Amino acid sequence: MISRPHGGRLVNRVLASKRRERILEEVDEFERLNIDQGRAFDAENIAYGVYSPLEGFMLEEEFLSVLDDMRLPNDLPWTIPIVLDIDEKTAARIEPGDDVMLYYEDIPVAVLHVEEIYVYDKERFARCVFKTTDLAHPGVAKVFSMGKYLIGGRVDLINDPPNPFERYTLRPVETRVLFRERGWKTVVGFQTRNVPHLGHEYLQKSALVFVDGLFINPVIGRKKRGDFRDDVILSAYEVLLRNYYPRESAVLSIVRYEMRYAGPREAIHHAIMRKNFGCTHFIVGRDHAGVGNYYGPYEAQEIFKEFPDLGITPLFFREFFYCRKCGAIVNERVCPHDESFRLRFSGTKIREMIRSGKTPPPEFMRPEVAEAIFQFENPFVE
Amino acid sequence: MALHGRVRGVFKVNEEKQRRKYTTVSIPVSLYERIKDLIKDTGFKSVSDYVTYVLREIVAMHEAERSSEPFTEEDVERIKQKLKALGYL
Repeated sequence: MISRPHGGRLVNRVLASKRRERILEEVDEFERLNIDQGRAFDAENIAYGVYSPLEGFMLEEEFLSVLDDMRLPNDLPWTIPIVLDIDEKTAARIEPGDDVMLYYEDIPVAVLHVEEIYVYDKERFARCVFKTTDLAHPGVAKVFSMGKYLIGGRVDLINDPPNPFERYTLRPVETRVLFRERGWKTVVGFQTRNVPHLGHEYLQKSALVFVDGLFINPVIGRKKRGDFRDDVILSAYEVLLRNYYPRESAVLSIVRYEMRYAGPREAIHHAIMRKNFGCTHFIVGRDHAGVGNYYGPYEAQEIFKEFPDLGITPLFFREFFYCRKCGAIVNERVCPHDESFRLRFSGTKIREMIRSGKTPPPEFMRPEVAEAIFQFENPFVE
Repeated sequence: MALHGRVRGVFKVNEEKQRRKYTTVSIPVSLYERIKDLIKDTGFKSVSDYVTYVLREIVAMHEAERSSEPFTEEDVERIKQKLKALGYL
């Protein structure tokens, strides 16, 4: 049996066609609120059950409970606040009880049934979630750029935010059917936001030895300048799967989500999302969801000890590298040789090679994957 | 109503809820002593911490046993068509 949804029920807050049509006819009568891409993705994830059991943007009690206890008020593990901020001017024209239309890129995305508007402490938010208030941390900077108030309430999805990757988009209810149809009883989820090198492949295949299926689930969303573009990542994975994975054992599908870079706390959140997709296991490698040196290399693994009731089993791996003496991809648990024999998989190094037109060596990256990347004139985010 | 009036009202309710976060459950003193002994030099700070941890693990296990699939057979047919069209099945 694949994982039960977090909280026991897969949330569905996508409006049925008749109600949706009725609301769209009256769309101009709603109070309008423009939201950014990350919040539009949050609304989408709430509606399709990726964030089950959340049915909307968090109320104050939920928000504080997540900050202080890493749990929802009903005791379920939850580590990342899913909140919608507004400025003072907007707060003055909205009341609890109002229905507000959330717009992204001029498209009505969701109706927010406002239950609460509340002030919050940004410093406390940053300290609890990111373990720092350093503005150089992208998650902290985001929090400090947010409006003064948070607005909470259930959402109903009217339109999916524009999606150039429909073909790769499966919702939790769909992956659950897919896993069942494939006869998978155990499924391991793999989160990624990069093109695959051999270290990733070995990580995934090591996990696959223990389970029936592998769910490769790249995060699509706002990226930093110089990161690989989303279409490049998908193309690289397509090629890798076609050439090196048993077709019946692996699935590639995206999730649209804004990374918070909250390290350990976000690792738990990523696991919960994959649990809702139906995964029974989740891969946690080195410095999962980290940025800079804010978190210890294996802190994102340690935090799982605090959640015996998560309902998804983490699979912890040490960093893989190529050892010239072993002549294989290994990690420090199985390789006795010293650092001079080891070639570390460095994302930065791979990006530099690609940028200068050099094909990464085969110990680093499959030649077919490198070739797929070179098909793009500029594989990087501008 | 003024904005901060609304906000402050909500804040008071939540402060009250925060105070009511814990409750008391009775366990035999002998069991309490055994646990106290057991958790010495472990990461558990108190017997309450340990009991909470163990209960959460057990409750989650029982909840998982009661699960059912979140879709109907009608949904399955529709979804299977989509999965086939996309090449997943």
